[in-house]
Amino acid sequence: MASASEKYKSDGSVAGNLLEWVDARFPAMALWNDHLAKYYAPKNFNFWYFFGSLALLVLVNQIVTGIFLTMHFKPDAALNASGVPVAFASVEYIMRDVPWGWLIRYMHSTGASAFFIVVYLHMFRGMIYGSYRKPRELVWIFGVLIFLCLMAEAFFGYLLPWGQMSYWGAQVIVNLFSAIPLIGPDLSVLIRGDFVVGDATLNRFFSFHVIAVPFALAGLVVAHLIALHEVGSNNPDGVEIKRLKDDKGIPLDGIPFHPYYTVKDIVGVVVFLMAFSVIVFFMPEGGGYFLEFNNFFPADPLQTPPHIAPVWYFTPYYSILRANTVNFFWLDAKLWGVIFMGLGVMVFFLLPWLDRSPVKSIRYRGPIFKGALAIFLVCFFILGYLGMLAPTPGRTLVSQICTIIYFAFFALMPIYTKLDKCQPEPDRVTFK
Amino acid sequence: MKKILIALLSAPLLAFAAGAELHLDKAPDHSRDFAALQHGAKIFVNYCLNCHSASYMRYNRLTDLGLSEAQIKDNLMFAADKVGETMTIAMKRADAKAWFGAAPPDLTVIARARSSEFGSGSDWLYTYLRSFYRDDERPTGWNNTVFPNVGMPHALWELQGDQVMGADHKLTLAKPGMLKPEEYDAMVGNLVGYLAYMGEPMAEFRKQLGVVVLIALAVLFVFAFALKREYWKDIH
Repeated sequence: MASASEKYKSDGSVAGNLLEWVDARFPAMALWNDHLAKYYAPKNFNFWYFFGSLALLVLVNQIVTGIFLTMHFKPDAALNASGVPVAFASVEYIMRDVPWGWLIRYMHSTGASAFFIVVYLHMFRGMIYGSYRKPRELVWIFGVLIFLCLMAEAFFGYLLPWGQMSYWGAQVIVNLFSAIPLIGPDLSVLIRGDFVVGDATLNRFFSFHVIAVPFALAGLVVAHLIALHEVGSNNPDGVEIKRLKDDKGIPLDGIPFHPYYTVKDIVGVVVFLMAFSVIVFFMPEGGGYFLEFNNFFPADPLQTPPHIAPVWYFTPYYSILRANTVNFFWLDAKLWGVIFMGLGVMVFFLLPWLDRSPVKSIRYRGPIFKGALAIFLVCFFILGYLGMLAPTPGRTLVSQICTIIYFAFFALMPIYTKLDKCQPEPDRVTFK
Repeated sequence: MKKILIALLSAPLLAFAAGAELHLDKAPDHSRDFAALQHGAKIFVNYCLNCHSASYMRYNRLTDLGLSEAQIKDNLMFAADKVGETMTIAMKRADAKAWFGAAPPDLTVIARARSSEFGSGSDWLYTYLRSFYRDDERPTGWNNTVFPNVGMPHALWELQGDQVMGADHKLTLAKPGMLKPEEYDAMVGNLVGYLAYMGEPMAEFRKQLGVVVLIALAVLFVFAFALKREYWKDIH
C-alpha cells in the first residue's frame, strides 16, 4: 500500500490547481496510487491473468447496453393486437425500429455468454495457481458471491424476452423451490407472484435484473478489488512478492499496475473484442447456444416444449440437478437434486480451507493434484454437455458418475493435497 | 476405474443415440438475390399475409430489397394504408382459433424460430412447404410430413397440385398444379428466402459492418501491441 498522506501539490497550471483543490477534499491521488499507479503487481502475469480485467469490461458492456435496452423494452406479458406478448414484440421492436438496437441487443445477449466464459476462465485461473489460498480467502469469497449474483442475473434476464425457453426455463427453475419441505410451495408462489409464471413474474424479474442484482454485483466487484489490492495479487508461481522488497519498500518482483498492466490489458481487450465481434456480427445466435432457437417463439403457457434446456452456462449444474434420481432418506429425489445443485456452487466457498498443499501454484504441485484437477475439468465439461441434451438412462448414469467425481474433487481435497509430492517454491517469480 | 473411463469417453457418442430424426432438404441461399427476395415478398403478401401476420415488419423496410416506396405501395400493400405500417392482418385471432383450432402464428421471425439441430429454419420451411399431402382424416383435408397433423391447409395447393402419401411413406404428385415441380420448388425457395430475410432484415448489413469492425480492431491491435512492447522493454 502506498502512503496516502501526501497530498497533491499544484505545479501552477489550471489543471494542477483544480486537482490540488479536489485532492485536499477527496482522496483522489491516494485512490489512484493505491489501485493503479502504486499498486505493485507481480511482473510474471501470463495469459490467464487477462480475464479479471475482461470480466470488468464485460460488466461495463452489460450495464451500458442494458441501460439502452431498458429504454425500449416493455415488461408486459399481455398479448398485443397481433396476439404476440408485448415483451416479446418490444424485443423485436428494438431489433428493427430502434436505431442500432440490433447491435445493442446482440452485444447484451452475447455479453451474457461472454461473461460466463470469462468468469469460468477467471475462476479456473484461481484454481490452478491457488489464488484462493491465504491471505486471499476473502478475495475468493467475494468472487464466489459475484459468481452467484451472476447466475441470478442471467436467470432473471433470460425471462425478459418472453420466448418459449424464457418462460419454460423459469417455470422449471422456480418449481425447484417447491421441492423444499413445508415452505416450498408457498415459496415458489412468492417468487413468481402468481400460481404460474406470468406478468407478475416478468415484472419482478425485470426489477431484479435491472436494479437489485446489478446493485449487489457492483458492490461485490468493488469489495473484490479492495480486498485484492489490500493483500496483493497472486501470480503463476504462487509466491508472495511482498516477502522480498527493495529499500523503498517496493516488492522486487512487483511493477506498478499502471502503466504496465494497463497497456498489457489493452492488448487483451482488443483480442477479446475481436472474438466478441465475430460472435456479435457473424453468429449472434452462437449456433443456438447463446440465443436458443426455440426462444424465437413467443411464450405460450399452454404449450410445453418437448425439450427444455437451459443456456449453456447453467448446464453443468442442470446435469447435477437431474443426476439425482433416488428418493434418499424419505426425501424426494428432486429435493436432493436441488440440494446438490446448490452445494455444487456453494462448495467453492470452502476451497481455501479444503486445500492443504504446502504450495499454491500448479507449477510446483505433484501429480495427484494435477490429475484430480484434470479429471474434475473433464467431468465439468461432460456435465455441461449432457445438460444440453434430453436425458436417457445412459446419459443419466454418466452424469451421476460425473457428479460423484465433481464432489469427490472437493471432498477428498484435504487428503490428496497433503499426500501429493510437491516441489519447493522458488524465492523469486520466474520471468523470462 | 476402467469402467468409469469408458463411460466418460463414450459420453459424446450418447448424443446421437436418441431423439427422432428429421430429414430436411437444404433451402437455396437467396440472401443477396434481390430478384428472388422480391418475388418471395410478392408470394408472401399474396398467399401468407391473409391468415399470418408479420407484425414486427414494416412495409417500407422492403426498400432493403431494392424496391421504391411507390413500388411497395402499388404491388405489395393490400392490407395497409401507410407505407410505414407493419404487416398486420384483419382476421381476428378468436375467429382464426375457431376456424383452424389454433390461431396462425406471426411469421416475422419464423425462419429463426424453426432452426434446430436438423437444419436451419429456412431448411425446415423449405421442406415443410413442399411436404403437404392429401389426408381425408384431417378437417382441412391436408396433412404434412414435417409437421404432422398441422392445422394449416395447403395454402399453395393451386400452385403445387395434390400430393398423396404412398404405402412406402413417400409423397408423389397425384394431380399437377399450375407450376411444374421444379418451378414450384424454386418459388418456395424464393418465399423461404424472403422469410429468412424478414427474420433478420439487418443480417447482411450486420456482416458487412462486422468486417469493418474486425479490420479496425486488427489495426488497433498493432498499435496496442507496439505500445505494450515499448513499455515493457525495461522489465527484466
